[in-house]
Amino acid sequence: MFTEAIEKILTDLCTPALVRAVENGDRATALWSALENGGFLELLTPEVADGAGLTLESLFPIFLAFGRHALPLPVAQSIAARALMRDCPHAPPSGMLTLAGAAFRQADDGLCVPRLAYGTLADFALVNLQGELLLLDCSQARREPDGVHGSQCATLYWPQDAGGVSLGGKGQEARLFNAAIHAASIAGAMEKVLGMTLEYCNDRIQFGKAIGKFQAVQHQLSVMAEQVAASRIAAELAFAGDRPVPDLIPAAIAKARTSMAVPQVTAIAHALFGAIGVTEELDLQLFTRRLHQWRVSEGSETWWNNIVGQALLEKPKVTASEFVRTVTPSQTA
Amino acid sequence: MSSLLDAFRLTALPDHAQAFRAEVKSFLAEHLPMVAADVRARSWTGFDAAFSRKLAQRGWVGLTLPESYGGAGLDAFSRFVLVEELLSAGAPVAAHWIADRQSGPLILKFGSNAQKDFYLPRICAGQAFFCIGMSEPNSGSDLASVRSRASRCEGGWRLSGRKIWTTNAHHADYMIALVRTSGSPEDRHNGLSQFIIDLKQPGISVRPIVDLAGDAHFSEVAFDDVLLGEDALVGEEGSGWKQVNAELAFERSGPERFYSSVVLLDLWAETLRRNGASVAETALLGGFLTQLTSLRNLSVALTSLLAQGQSPVVEAALVKDIGTEFEQSIPAAIAAAISANPDAPIDDELYRTVAYLNQVAPTFSLRGGTREILRGMIARGLGLR
Repeated sequence: MFTEAIEKILTDLCTPALVRAVENGDRATALWSALENGGFLELLTPEVADGAGLTLESLFPIFLAFGRHALPLPVAQSIAARALMRDCPHAPPSGMLTLAGAAFRQADDGLCVPRLAYGTLADFALVNLQGELLLLDCSQARREPDGVHGSQCATLYWPQDAGGVSLGGKGQEARLFNAAIHAASIAGAMEKVLGMTLEYCNDRIQFGKAIGKFQAVQHQLSVMAEQVAASRIAAELAFAGDRPVPDLIPAAIAKARTSMAVPQVTAIAHALFGAIGVTEELDLQLFTRRLHQWRVSEGSETWWNNIVGQALLEKPKVTASEFVRTVTPSQTA
Repeated sequence: MSSLLDAFRLTALPDHAQAFRAEVKSFLAEHLPMVAADVRARSWTGFDAAFSRKLAQRGWVGLTLPESYGGAGLDAFSRFVLVEELLSAGAPVAAHWIADRQSGPLILKFGSNAQKDFYLPRICAGQAFFCIGMSEPNSGSDLASVRSRASRCEGGWRLSGRKIWTTNAHHADYMIALVRTSGSPEDRHNGLSQFIIDLKQPGISVRPIVDLAGDAHFSEVAFDDVLLGEDALVGEEGSGWKQVNAELAFERSGPERFYSSVVLLDLWAETLRRNGASVAETALLGGFLTQLTSLRNLSVALTSLLAQGQSPVVEAALVKDIGTEFEQSIPAAIAAAISANPDAPIDDELYRTVAYLNQVAPTFSLRGGTREILRGMIARGLGLR
């Protein structure tokens, strides 16, 4: 129900032209208002608090759709931030909230969040400062773009007197949720890229036939489909069950597996599109640029695979098969 | 967007399958032969008739066959669990493997009542081991071009021809062979039929073929005017191709398509626990687990479709292709990891297991349909052909 309603808003308002506009400084007010006024920022908020009370599981298709549309606003992060603030006396502020798994205390006692996702736009950031969950007002910060073309990441610097509201010791949850969101975004964007590439290969004629008729092309598309399927089901894992925030190992597997697929999926898409694929004009780049950025944001596969590997090594005698079962959903869960 | 990927939704194993796992683990703790990892790594090519019979006595050969035939009457989920536990332990399952996975279900689905009454109880008792005669000297991936031919005669059929690369033919009691009964190789999928052949009959010679690791797990089988009774034909004459394809989803979607190197993975993890692991080694190990989790969930998703009676053949091709690529990558990467420092000693058992798997890993993406055939099927599923 929510998924269809959101999908409609995204189809109507989150057009490729709008994505480009936001990358050039537009704030997409109409799109943001449609989602905010529809109550969609409160999807995880319990029903007793006038939210939709969705489970993570039912949120997953919505977050996938955000990726599929290259949604250039921190809507997933804003939904998650409200869930992360579930036990806080403070009501979540209105406006765009984003998440960061790491913040750093500077020599001058100010705070720095490097390459904050949607840092060019966000009104507030919920960050993990060495385990402490901290709500920061982005209007108090100096924003420095990361210098990457079209990027929506910015490094934010808060002066020492900017304060921020401490929300307890659940800072790690901001990282886990942000990693899971990135995994879903990657999986969604990859579905879109696969669909675009399939369509192109069926339409593009060379040597008198659609290039999709060539075996060499077909096999690359098959490999791409495999990577997309494996990524999607890995991302889904982070959202399985009825917990309020993704668990460590499922989130790690989700972020690692999706990130591992990014180089191959983007490379195949661009190889098959040829030169037009790297043009500004073609929408493909809106997705492949994001895929590369989402892969490295909030820890690449190297970081998260290391966490998964450590978790196995810490358990004496546990086999790989036993380990993977501990992170898969059980019917009774 | 293609609907091919819609089948892959995260699915939990049902509680009854989870409960079954404890029984399997306890059986293995008692009966699994204690052998070195490089022997256990042979897993589903490891032949041990005594072990298969013990499993049969426990009621677990022909797991999905009805109890009236001596089967366990369990579903695809329980079979997933049994297979996962057997492979993870490196149990030698080759003897009963084909009959349990394919021949038994095929006979149940397409066989006559007399065939079911005769073969299924023997399969379930571990007294009838099967092999599947598909490839021929000039028909590999191009399977529809088989030339072995069965011709009508008084009282049945006369079969002549050759099969090759037939797994376990030299140990098996019976072969289910795909042969031509009418037309010519140009007729492709039409005119092919399946026969159950007692390999002890006159006119049959079986020659084991030694592989590059010193094992003989496949054979060449020659049929020289072999007389087959009327009751040797399985299913309908001329429907062989369709019947073969009906079983492909079972053959290609299971844990055996991504667990072939799991014994090595566990042995390496144990070595890292003992000797300590670098960040790079830990991340490599974690990457294997990350991929394994994802593959297993793809496979469970298809198991739930099998349990509902569906036959997701193209989806199974996808799981097999990405799964075999994964299981091939494990020995390749671990070989580099354990040899990264020529001044550090390497555990002998680990070294042998890596070496064995690197030698045989190419077969992972040959057996049961080559990578090239599978990718062609996936492409068709994506609407490209």
